Amino acid sequence: MGILLDEAPYILEKMPGGGIIITSADWLINWSRANSLWPLTFGLACCAFEMISTNMSKYDLDRFGVFPRPTPRQADLIFVAGTLTKKIAPKLKKLYDQMGEPKYVISMGSCSNTGGPFYDSYSVVKGVDKVIPVDVYVAGCPPRPENLIEGILKLQEKIKKDTIKNNDRAQIFK
Amino acid sequence: MTEPRYLNDIKGKFPGTEAVLPEKIKDGIPAFDCPPSLILDIVKYLKAEGFNYLMNLCATDYKDTFEVIYHLSALESKAKITLKVKINREKPELASITPLHPGANWQEREAFDLLGVVFTGHPNLTRILLSCDWEGYPLRKDYSRKPDQYD
Ligand code: SF4
Repeated sequence: MGILLDEAPYILEKMPGGGIIITSADWLINWSRANSLWPLTFGLACCAFEMISTNMSKYDLDRFGVFPRPTPRQADLIFVAGTLTKKIAPKLKKLYDQMGEPKYVISMGSCSNTGGPFYDSYSVVKGVDKVIPVDVYVAGCPPRPENLIEGILKLQEKIKKDTIKNNDRAQIFK
Repeated sequence: MTEPRYLNDIKGKFPGTEAVLPEKIKDGIPAFDCPPSLILDIVKYLKAEGFNYLMNLCATDYKDTFEVIYHLSALESKAKITLKVKINREKPELASITPLHPGANWQEREAFDLLGVVFTGHPNLTRILLSCDWEGYPLRKDYSRKPDQYD
């Protein structure tokens, strides 16, 4: 309950037509989304091992509410960890499309950020953002688990700034 | 150490086969340049002589010709041998050794996928690493990559 009390909104926005309710709903929704990020693990190459070790007991992603899921239906975050080849790019798009809104993407490692060491290769996609939109880029080859955790915290910060009014993601509220 | 019998026998039995000069061999494994038409027979003969394990099969582009390289070893006697076959770059065709060594199946598909060497008699010669609709053979020296939506 600590997080709830620490972060409870003490400044309420005034809006015509029920401002208090909008602000509180924003805060509650963002708080619950940010603290239960369930990632679909999409390990493609060496970076996948850093992602795995981040999930293991030493770094323990569970304490941030991050809990790996094997299916896109249950996931709201996808870690793209590794070299995305042109052959698997359509499959990544398909999995991303199967995830329910709201969905977030963390691109992990140089390969998925830009193509990395394989930038000149005939078969490697030059960045995951050519296929799906990316929220957080984690740099490194491979990034250490601390870097990935930092990326997750950055994503949580980003989610906490979301609002259900004027939100590009949540088309349903437009 | 006496020379094993098969090293001399290969040259006698299969005319056109040349031993690669010792100073060109870096790994200490005896190597032979073989004519393309005889490769299946040579591998069959070597299999009967105990070379029952295909360690590796790969192909190289030398700009004017392709070379397909076979590394065979004998699990009993631990002997090893290398076979090199130069093939025409315009019409890169070679008999498949998959009927003799099933392990060659995927390696021949790989050579077909990346260099376009056609192995006749292969049970399923399709692309293995690249997607089925890929155009061209990327490991050829004259391959030019067309940028697509992922570049
Ligand atoms: S960024 Fe480096 S460590 Fe990560 S998948 Fe690419 S080559 Fe491997």
